[in-house]
Amino acid sequence: MKVLSEDRTRILFEKLTKYIGVNVKLLIDRPDGTYCFREKKDRVYYISEKLLHLAQTVKPDNLVSAGTCFGKFTKTNKFRLHITALTYISPYAPFKVWVKPSAEQQFLYGHHIIKSGLGRITENTPKHQGVVVLTMSDIPIGFGVASRTTAECRHADPLATIVFHQADVGEYIRSEDTLT
Amino acid sequence: MGRKAKFDETKKVKKGPGRKAKKQPDPVFRKELLETEDQVKKLTHRQKQRAAKRAKKKAEIVEKRKAIKQGKKNEAKEIETNDEDIKKPVVKGYSDDNKEWLKPKQKVKQQKKQKDSDSDICDQDEGSEMEQDSEAESEHEEETKTVSEKYKVGTLDDLFKDSDEEEADPSSEEEGSVNSGNAGYNSDSSEEESDEDGDDEDMLPIEKANVKLKKKQKEEKKLADEEMQLNISKQDVFAFPSEEELQNPTSLQDVQQRIKDVVSVLTEFNRLKEEGRSRCEYTDLLLKDLCTYYSYNEFLMEVLMQIFPVQELVEFLEASEIARPVTIRTNSLKTRRRDLAQALINRGVNLDPVGKWSKVGLVIYSSTVPIGATPEYLAGHYILQGASSFLPVMALAPQENERILDMCAAPGGKASHIAAIMKNTGALFANDANKERTKAVVGNFHRLGVVNAVICNYDGRQFPEVIKGFDRVLLDAPCTGTGVIAKDPSVKTTKDQKDIQRCFNLQRQLLLAAIDCCNAKSSTGGYIVYSTCSILPEENEWVVNYALKRRNVKLVPTGLDFGTEGFMKYRHHRFHPSLKLTRRFYPHTHNMDGFFVAKLKKFSNVIPEAVIDDDDKETEGADEETVVTNEGDQSTDAISNNVTSKVSGPQKRTLEPESNIAEPQTKKMKGENAKSSTGNAAVNKKNKNKNKKGPQSQNLNNSNSRVQGKMGSAEKLQNSRKQQEPSLHGQGKQHEKKNSKLGKNRKVNGLTENKNKKANENKPNSSNPMKTTNKKHSKINKNHSKIKRKV
Repeated sequence: MKVLSEDRTRILFEKLTKYIGVNVKLLIDRPDGTYCFREKKDRVYYISEKLLHLAQTVKPDNLVSAGTCFGKFTKTNKFRLHITALTYISPYAPFKVWVKPSAEQQFLYGHHIIKSGLGRITENTPKHQGVVVLTMSDIPIGFGVASRTTAECRHADPLATIVFHQADVGEYIRSEDTLT
Repeated sequence: MGRKAKFDETKKVKKGPGRKAKKQPDPVFRKELLETEDQVKKLTHRQKQRAAKRAKKKAEIVEKRKAIKQGKKNEAKEIETNDEDIKKPVVKGYSDDNKEWLKPKQKVKQQKKQKDSDSDICDQDEGSEMEQDSEAESEHEEETKTVSEKYKVGTLDDLFKDSDEEEADPSSEEEGSVNSGNAGYNSDSSEEESDEDGDDEDMLPIEKANVKLKKKQKEEKKLADEEMQLNISKQDVFAFPSEEELQNPTSLQDVQQRIKDVVSVLTEFNRLKEEGRSRCEYTDLLLKDLCTYYSYNEFLMEVLMQIFPVQELVEFLEASEIARPVTIRTNSLKTRRRDLAQALINRGVNLDPVGKWSKVGLVIYSSTVPIGATPEYLAGHYILQGASSFLPVMALAPQENERILDMCAAPGGKASHIAAIMKNTGALFANDANKERTKAVVGNFHRLGVVNAVICNYDGRQFPEVIKGFDRVLLDAPCTGTGVIAKDPSVKTTKDQKDIQRCFNLQRQLLLAAIDCCNAKSSTGGYIVYSTCSILPEENEWVVNYALKRRNVKLVPTGLDFGTEGFMKYRHHRFHPSLKLTRRFYPHTHNMDGFFVAKLKKFSNVIPEAVIDDDDKETEGADEETVVTNEGDQSTDAISNNVTSKVSGPQKRTLEPESNIAEPQTKKMKGENAKSSTGNAAVNKKNKNKNKKGPQSQNLNNSNSRVQGKMGSAEKLQNSRKQQEPSLHGQGKQHEKKNSKLGKNRKVNGLTENKNKKANENKPNSSNPMKTTNKKHSKINKNHSKIKRKV
């Protein structure tokens, strides 16, 4: 558990800003105690200071996970957001996409969202904006990147991709081993 | 035109019934109709005539039959002999019911044939009748035909109607049956029946058949009853099978029957036993049969027989064959049970609340979708978890803002339940010895949105050296899994005494470690919950009893209002009376997995002097094993492989380089200084073990020092960390104070050890350095604390 380097902090926050915009500061300034980002084996954990103190008594080799894993830095020093970050991203995300029940399964198997599966989309979503994907009953099931603006979506082909798949909750089953 | 809407409010709409709404009067029946109902309709002339004819005919038939009867009685034998010859060709294609009253007229038949050229079989039948009433008109004739036909066809309704009016004779019927050779009526009882001929002469053939059938049934029933009586009497004196019978295995049904029999004999042994057979022989037989029928190994079955009375044992075994219903636990961090139930019902899942005792459990009866892959599941709204797994957490009763440890957490079901009850506050440590299985914990925690957890991978026995001072500790210990045979039937055959011994030794160590991790001075807690999915008292009551003797803990009520009480005695063991506060759950009584829950309250952090009693002696062999496990990972492997659920795979322990052994003693002591009391106690205990086993002590000494070395380095790390973190410093100081006290304690320990050594007279040399180090230790302790205070 080490503090993120300046560089990596910047990369991390850039990535987070893509999804939750200015709400990033809500992750840092919290009324219920201070929270911080820590890095362990290239993985970034979001953890409260209190818990961090306790976690530091555990040997690094024996520590598996603490707090919430947000994602990992790739070998090329890019940050990849994991599905485990959904707990914090979904409530703060300003741009959302709802999928029809018929398209839920598709998305949960790791496919992009096509126009025909699109239930709703937030107004004024810009292109390449990170969006949270929800079911029609408002259950967050993943996140992705909008490939078109809301306006473009209206006139898109039914088979055109609207949201690029980034992560979905199906990964909890598909790739449990690589989550952390 | 239509009606016009009157939007204008000024114009009032008339109220009350209008012309069209006028009520119709109630409907009235016409006079004629009413009359016809009451009166009997008058018959027309023709109808009357026909009725008269019918009545006449009926009377004639009756007379005719009587005449036939008499004639038959007079010349019965003659007719009979003739009958066979004449009848056979004629009767072809007839039901035997008709024969009796056709017979006597056979002679006349030829005459009739001359009159009626009709060769129709039907007519031939009727012919005999018609002969006699020759005056009858053609119309009449027709009717008689139909009537007689009715007899033949004989629907039941007709019969009953007729039987009211007339009486039939079974005798003729009987004859007919004999003649025709119809199997249905050729019963052996026919002779008896012939006596009753006179009573009911005028019975219809089918009626007679009926009477006969009833008789036959009665007889059969009687026979069956007799047989049953025989069976019962046989059962009463259940014949003990001979050697040959036992050696030649019969069908499973027979074995099952024998099990039933033996169980019934055993329940009422004095009355039902066979002379000269002892109870032992019966139980042995039962044991063997149960083993073959349910495919258990003999050892496990023997153990189970000691736990349950025979009747209950069979129920338990039966219940262990059937899988328990699938249950899920609502994740109260993300949703409510009602919402979840609604969402799942919409997906075509048939479910129900698990019971009044739980507010988060749901039982799944059937489902059209895979219950472990719905979007709700993936979004973390629920987790698949057996009903019995709720119990230890409910017993633990976590509070918000507490620090809680789940020692054997994988796959994280119970731990996430704890986090949900704490509402993601405080701190939850989820530990598991198997690194692979911790991945499941990570996945589940993130899916369920648990954010207050630290997941680590230690051997539970070493956990007190890592971190202590928990408010509550849950230990769901690895066990043989005898309570979940339905889930994993391999338990039936794979477990033996060694496995159980390994298990309960591990459990004892884990429980002591769990107790050491707990903080008795906690304002809200100080509780330890021990649970297993085994029903063997060795792994449950005995382990708890062991801990009661060795730590300052007492049993408290679990807070679960159902389940059976724990055992206070089992075979030769006599446990502490408070063990009845523990709870046992069985598959056959509670329809959940077999489970054991005990709740302990720690009332002092002081670790009492270890006592050596029967328990130790009995498990001496096992102790050796566990000591060996401290030496090498291989044996740990062996243990963990045998343990079904929790521990599997070696614990990853970083082996310190050998140079640690060569390190000066003082350094080690420094390390131990910062360490809490338990570590030292553990070392002391190990020393004692050493003393007990003379020949091995050399080896052990070696290993011990290695262990110490490891600890030392670990503590060094801790120390350095503590100095880095001012917030933990307070705790560090507390430790120091304790340590200075403990220095004295250790002296005492040293003395007692000495005594022990004298008693054992085993290698006094090995103990001496320890004693001296203890003294040194306390001195260094003081110095160390001084230094720290300065810092």
